[in-house]
Amino acid sequence: MGHILDDRQKQVSIAGANERTIDCNKASLAGSVSQRACVFCGSRVVLYPIVDALHVIHGPIGCAAYTWDIRGSLSSGPELHRLSYCTDLQERDVIFGGEKKLYASIIELIDLHKPKAAFIYTTCIVGVIGDDVEQICRTIEKEKGIPIIPVQAPGFQGSKKDGYKVACEAIFTLVGTKSKPFTPAKSINILGDFNLAGELWILLEYYKKMGVHVNATITGDGRVDDICNAHNAALNVVQCSGSMNYLAKMMKDEYGIPSMRVSYFGIEDMSDALYDVARFFKDDDMMDKARELVKEEFTKLIPQLAWYKERLTGKKAAIYVGGAFKAISLVKALRLIGVQSVIVGSQTGTTEDYELIKQLCDEGTIIVDDSNPVELSHFVKEKQADIFIGGVKERPIAHKIGLGFCDHNHERKEPLAGYEGMLNFAKEIYATAMSPVWKFTK
Amino acid sequence: MIEAKTYTSTRNSCKLCAPLGASMVFKGIEGCVPLIHGSQGCATYIRRYMISHYKEPVDIASSNFSEESTVFGGSKNFITGIENIIKQYKPNVIGIASTCLSETIGEDIPGHIRHYKESHEADGSHIPTFIHTSTPSYSGSHAEGFHNTVLAAVKAIAKHGKTVETLNIFPGMVSPADIRYLKELLEDFGIKYVLFPDFSETLDNEYTSEYQLIPTGGTPMIDIEHIGDSKSTIEFGTSFNKTVNRTKDIGTLQTAGEWLQSTYYIRNYQIPLPIGIEASDKFIKTLEEISGKPVPEKHRKERGRLVDAYVDAHKYVFGKKALIYGEEDFVTAMADWLKEIGIEAFWIKGTDFETLREKADEFKPDFLLGNSKGYYIARELKIPLVRVGFPIHDRFGATRIHHIGYRGTQELFDQVVNALIEYKQENSPIGYKYL
Repeated sequence: MGHILDDRQKQVSIAGANERTIDCNKASLAGSVSQRACVFCGSRVVLYPIVDALHVIHGPIGCAAYTWDIRGSLSSGPELHRLSYCTDLQERDVIFGGEKKLYASIIELIDLHKPKAAFIYTTCIVGVIGDDVEQICRTIEKEKGIPIIPVQAPGFQGSKKDGYKVACEAIFTLVGTKSKPFTPAKSINILGDFNLAGELWILLEYYKKMGVHVNATITGDGRVDDICNAHNAALNVVQCSGSMNYLAKMMKDEYGIPSMRVSYFGIEDMSDALYDVARFFKDDDMMDKARELVKEEFTKLIPQLAWYKERLTGKKAAIYVGGAFKAISLVKALRLIGVQSVIVGSQTGTTEDYELIKQLCDEGTIIVDDSNPVELSHFVKEKQADIFIGGVKERPIAHKIGLGFCDHNHERKEPLAGYEGMLNFAKEIYATAMSPVWKFTK
Repeated sequence: MIEAKTYTSTRNSCKLCAPLGASMVFKGIEGCVPLIHGSQGCATYIRRYMISHYKEPVDIASSNFSEESTVFGGSKNFITGIENIIKQYKPNVIGIASTCLSETIGEDIPGHIRHYKESHEADGSHIPTFIHTSTPSYSGSHAEGFHNTVLAAVKAIAKHGKTVETLNIFPGMVSPADIRYLKELLEDFGIKYVLFPDFSETLDNEYTSEYQLIPTGGTPMIDIEHIGDSKSTIEFGTSFNKTVNRTKDIGTLQTAGEWLQSTYYIRNYQIPLPIGIEASDKFIKTLEEISGKPVPEKHRKERGRLVDAYVDAHKYVFGKKALIYGEEDFVTAMADWLKEIGIEAFWIKGTDFETLREKADEFKPDFLLGNSKGYYIARELKIPLVRVGFPIHDRFGATRIHHIGYRGTQELFDQVVNALIEYKQENSPIGYKYL
């Protein structure tokens, strides 16, 4: 594969063809045009959906401007998270320090918005000029009486995945700081759903039907007070494990809360997510309700999916998404509608994720970690994919070479999680694969 | 323009960072791949931002700084980055933009380039041309990044030989449609020109069926070399670097046109972006002066039709109020145009969106004119937003928006008039079918 840089050869593997464990979890190769962002980005996307907190970026304007209202994380209440605040460091601040500016910014914004907490993100440049952000946060915390949490996220201090960890640490400082008067015994925290296109609300409905109390949602439609009380839940249900496993682990160590890994994409994984929770609580009534719910949804959904499967069978898909766990669900969901996954890749997958993908996928499927436009465009041509599933940066790669595209990232406007999400997914794949416009691209 | 109460923090920024402007310029050079010397996120964020506007592939490499490169210097990552770009893209040119990180730790990018060249010249391998621009995010905005990169490229590449009858045209941050229009206009005039940067194809390409690693188009390097031989320069925009707050280099910053004038005595016509009849007249007059020819009939008629349209629709716009925002040159040009048709324009220098939103309560605009990021204000005020400029992330066709010249003004005028009419019609209890 001559189009793969020598230093990246080990980050590509073929299902069935070689036993090599994929090399992952490493820094992107300079000059490779990685699709990944940075530590700051990782922390920002995870914390962003906490809707009643103030998010202030201490750094240059770009970091703030490019992450303004970046995710379609919906709120059922406050929308403070959708505002972008920045100290907009200037040359004189770089020389003389930006501490005073940061202090004044946080104070004025707290006075303006009266938030429940504030997250203060540091960026590359603050990592270099050495502003004592933690000290400023402590001072203001005393002054204003709300949690002011430094998020140490200089972009160069690792990859996007390290940013997830930084975000988990920031969230963890809130956990256990306050207890609500009463938290039901059979309550869970939902970790790693970001309420894109209102997906969280679909899940809440399912759990409600089963009689499960959802305590804190971290971070989709997230509230500071709920997160403070997160330690009183009986179980952490973790999706997007790449970003949230670390928080679950810290909560296990500190508060003894067990966790389980789930996915809400595709009907098998979605149903397991409900059954596993019922199983955890050893509650027959809950299990019956889950079965009833699944049965009801299946009765509606299966005939509809069959319609799509009949028409989509034989289509081939390329998947390149942020987290590998989502990629696994997507492979299964696509199979359900007759679509074969011929390329599966992610920005931040782990060895275990990739091994699982290898076992799951058909022989010959290309599996890739931290890919780039040159590789991806070669792969889709080589495997003759019809559809690409990815995010904003993958869309033009697909479109320029005549592939359908499905946005499974931050900016989606239709929910793709849950049973109705599965139907939306099928509809979107159908709409992109079967469009008449492809006759002009042949 | 008015003064507004300022907050210490920037709240919903109107500006972007300098390396984005640099990347746009590099995308306008034929055979060029941009490299941003800094953290991975800078390149990725800028790619994402540009892709969402242009709906085109925007490959930008990063030297991907780590903790180690931040402490011990980024030369190793820089060299690896260059090598990998060459392996993957085989570019003719590599455009290198610095970042706040690489500038703050004092990276010697020219030194890195020299080092790379020295170590590779010996083995006879093909070495691309390097263009380096200093674009720390803490100094100026994307607009300064753009202009500084035009200047850096001209300084690095333009040679001065025998003067020829060629016009340099530096249009600035206009749209691909604007660039295509300029080329047509200059060809109609019969003027030989070098337009730089030309991203009319690289960022608005046809369907290719193959992934072009480096999209076709862009100003050829040979043309940039000849910039120093031209007889005159036209550059759009008059505010650049007159207001930038820098602690160093004060007074030494020039535009590319100013530099060519002071260095090679190439006559520089620095004129406002030609939006509106008066500004376009000024531009056309300049072209008439340079070419010694009258405006071609086709374009004279476009002016005539625009006047006709102004007359037909004047009542729908007169006395209306517009809130406008964007890059300073763009905003001042828009404000002058709006004044020309009887619309009162309101804008704030160096502001952010939240300040604009608060001030809008006092000003009570009838519509907004600017990029898509002001949509939330229009939504809150329940008034139309006419989308122009960069970025437009919530609509298709941003690359095809034509802003300049008589023809571009005509398109803008129709958009504004119809937005106002539609607003009135939608809010009318009758729902009339005639004007």
